[in-house]
Amino acid sequence: MPFIPHTEADLAAMLDLLQVPDLNALFDEIPPELGENVALDLPPALNEMEISRLMGERADADGRWLNFIGAGAYEHHIPAAVWQIATRGEFYSAYTPYQAEASQGTLQLIYEYQSMMASLTGMEVSNASLYDGASALAEAVLMAVRASKGAARVLIPAAVAPAYRAVVRTIVAPQGIELVELPYDPASGTTPLPEYADECAALVVPQPNFFGMLEDVDALTDWAHARGARVIALVNPLTLGVLKPPGQWGTSGADIAAGDGQPLGAPLSAGGPYYGLLTCRQALVRQMPGRLVGRTLDADGSTGYTLTLQAREQHIRRAKATSNICTNQGLVVAASTIYMSLLGPGGLRRAALASWQNTRMLVERLAGLPGVARAFAGAGFHECVLRLDRPVAPVLEALARQGILGGFDLGRDYPQLGHALLVCATETKTTADIGRYEQALAGILSEGKS
Amino acid sequence: MKLIFEHGAPGRRTGAQWPQADDACTGLPEHLLRSQPPLLPEVAEMDVVRHYTRLSQRNYSIDTQFYPLGSCTMKYNPRAANSLAMLPGFLTRHPLAPASTGQGYLATLHELQLILAEVTGMAGVSLTPMAGAQGEFAGVAMIRAWHASRGDQGRREIIVPDAAHGTNPATASMCGYTVREIPTDRDGNVDLEALRAVVGPQTAGLMLTNPSTLGVFEQQIREIARIVHTAGGLLYYDGANLNAILGRVKPGDMGFDVIHINLHKTFATPHGGGGPGSGPVGVSERLLPFLPVPHVMRDADGSYRLADEDDFPHSIGRLSAFHGNAGVLLRAYVYARMLGAQGLRRVAEYATLNANYLMKRLQDGGFELAFPERRASHEFIVSLRRLKEETGVSAMDFAKRLLDYGFHAPTTYFPLLVPECLLIEPTETETCATLDAFADAMIAVAAEARDTPGRVKAAPYSLPVRRLDDVKAAREPDLAWRGPVL
Repeated sequence: MPFIPHTEADLAAMLDLLQVPDLNALFDEIPPELGENVALDLPPALNEMEISRLMGERADADGRWLNFIGAGAYEHHIPAAVWQIATRGEFYSAYTPYQAEASQGTLQLIYEYQSMMASLTGMEVSNASLYDGASALAEAVLMAVRASKGAARVLIPAAVAPAYRAVVRTIVAPQGIELVELPYDPASGTTPLPEYADECAALVVPQPNFFGMLEDVDALTDWAHARGARVIALVNPLTLGVLKPPGQWGTSGADIAAGDGQPLGAPLSAGGPYYGLLTCRQALVRQMPGRLVGRTLDADGSTGYTLTLQAREQHIRRAKATSNICTNQGLVVAASTIYMSLLGPGGLRRAALASWQNTRMLVERLAGLPGVARAFAGAGFHECVLRLDRPVAPVLEALARQGILGGFDLGRDYPQLGHALLVCATETKTTADIGRYEQALAGILSEGKS
Repeated sequence: MKLIFEHGAPGRRTGAQWPQADDACTGLPEHLLRSQPPLLPEVAEMDVVRHYTRLSQRNYSIDTQFYPLGSCTMKYNPRAANSLAMLPGFLTRHPLAPASTGQGYLATLHELQLILAEVTGMAGVSLTPMAGAQGEFAGVAMIRAWHASRGDQGRREIIVPDAAHGTNPATASMCGYTVREIPTDRDGNVDLEALRAVVGPQTAGLMLTNPSTLGVFEQQIREIARIVHTAGGLLYYDGANLNAILGRVKPGDMGFDVIHINLHKTFATPHGGGGPGSGPVGVSERLLPFLPVPHVMRDADGSYRLADEDDFPHSIGRLSAFHGNAGVLLRAYVYARMLGAQGLRRVAEYATLNANYLMKRLQDGGFELAFPERRASHEFIVSLRRLKEETGVSAMDFAKRLLDYGFHAPTTYFPLLVPECLLIEPTETETCATLDAFADAMIAVAAEARDTPGRVKAAPYSLPVRRLDDVKAAREPDLAWRGPVL
């Protein structure tokens, strides 16, 4: 019996104590018409060797690719120590640290994470994490609307990732919150100061935006604050090794920062688990959803850590909680905290710069090919939109036949951009990798011509 | 213990982890750059490894302790599931890579959808919710969408029993509903009279956990379903306690229209110190069009792909940027395949056996059960009300003292309606000997409470810290290290 340790003798002794004839008797309170002894039609059980073989074959079949897709999930080098330590059983198989004295490892780690994330984003408070970047943005929107006495309306640029906007819609729509989409400037690919006069609770400012372009965050922040709206920064935390933290945007800084923590130590892993980062000003802490760890003292006056400000949460407040959220993404946060510790301020800066420099090299090389041009003028970071002279999908398919994932086709989400392709090169790409992409693309484009 | 920051020194670095890069930012606009480096540790690689290894040793975990935390299903997390989910082919897969490059991954998730549908008796499953609470959100949003699709806009209320998890009422609120709470009767069942009194044309649905958080099977479930359905509402199954009935009863057969499953409970994926979880949702036939996207679809040619809003225009939409906690889903699949139909059924049988055995041992040891006339499901409640009256020792004190005996404490003060309660869930993966040792520890602590109550009230003594000051933590929140004190 997989993972059930009972021997026949155990079973007999236990049934004997309970004075029942067999296991079925323990279910005698379930009404028989509910299909006692239902048959499950499932594939046959496999032992560890057999399931290892099956999973190994499937993983191998999916292969290894030279990847130039970003679009919200980024391939960065993850030091070996990160997941070796994070998957230690004491982290891996512990629960939420409700019994603080028996969970000081997880609690201190989260306190360290909160300290790192608060500083990285330039904000005063970080929670213990949310599910992912998209749902963190949704929670930030809810938080800003709760904190605002005025209109339940939030401005969100079209230059925010389409999947993120979709998630925000799903999560905030039932509460009657209006989302107003702001256009991007077709020349620069950035969000101009809104021509929008009505009252709103918040403005979302992505940096870098979905096109990889750098927004004028100072001007946007000051514009929102001048109209009494709060500013929700949507950031890639890795780029904050180089870019100005949201807490310093404009005259007085953003109010809330959200984003996906994946670039900091989480593998691509088909989309998850990642984690959502959420930080804010001190004044908004009681509106914050999710868990918070605080430093305190024990009965002997020694330092210890515990979950705190729980009066915001569902297990206390029930229907009046700030959110229904219960878990965070503890294990991924553990990995991420170890990642940030290993890289330090200098290593994080190097990882961000190397990604930016490699993307710049990639774009220079690809945009030098006939039929390829940059879609937007201006400063970007580690992603860029290229415009091709033909439909993107067949080109990507041809690249894939050569083992290259050439980027993300923007045609469906941004048809007005024409044949647009979003590309990304992180620090994991070498000059040779970029050369391989260039050659492959040159070949495909010239074939199409002949 | 020192913080990681305090192990550092300015200029110390982990050279092997620094990528090659030109340190100049020439070409980036000056006003968009960071002027001060972030407050991250400046430490050597060994400092990091040693610090976090030592921190890990300050945790109780399933791998090191019995962890009978009620309602959390802290069963053994098979190591093979972790290794196989972290195979390079899965780990390096970009979520936006074409479906043609991930047929192995997608086939696996498609099979998982079928397994979960079969186990729960539902017509379809979406794997995208990233936790139980997000599954609840998806479920209630689908209930809302279904009523809206019928032009039935007047349904403003969700009914929730008072024994429910806090996430149930919080979810109903997030979905824009008013919550109507109904009481539990003396035997731990839903009070049917109270239910009949609150249902009506305003009822959108009822959220129910079965077996309930009181550790008993709701015997009148068919009648409850009839009452709610007759009133035009739908029935939501909170899968928190699915472990108790795996392979014995299907929620679909009980009359539920929509369910969520906690893979981190029933399917043995790790709790990870508080996540990542995974909360797939299943629905009956009539709710299929509303499932959250994406979900995995098998096309006529046998190939797999992620279906989205274009395939399912009535979907409640997306809940995550990509496809939920994919790595957790792979772990659950490995677990389900290793157990098969018979193994899954045995989970419920032995989880129930262990709970009833431990309950009996404690009853024989003098503990007061919340529902002594009932069978335990996979968990049960002990009330320390009498012990507290006699000795002043509370459930909290009792729990802290158990930690000294080397056991993680049961869930305390939940469900809220049983005073001074301990909710105890041993799971199927523990031996009889462990249950005996735990029962002995419970009995020993009760004796201590009577003989030396002061000793129990000041526990714990043998953990990395003594009892923590939660009031100070909340009154003077210290939520981040701000740098060395100069």
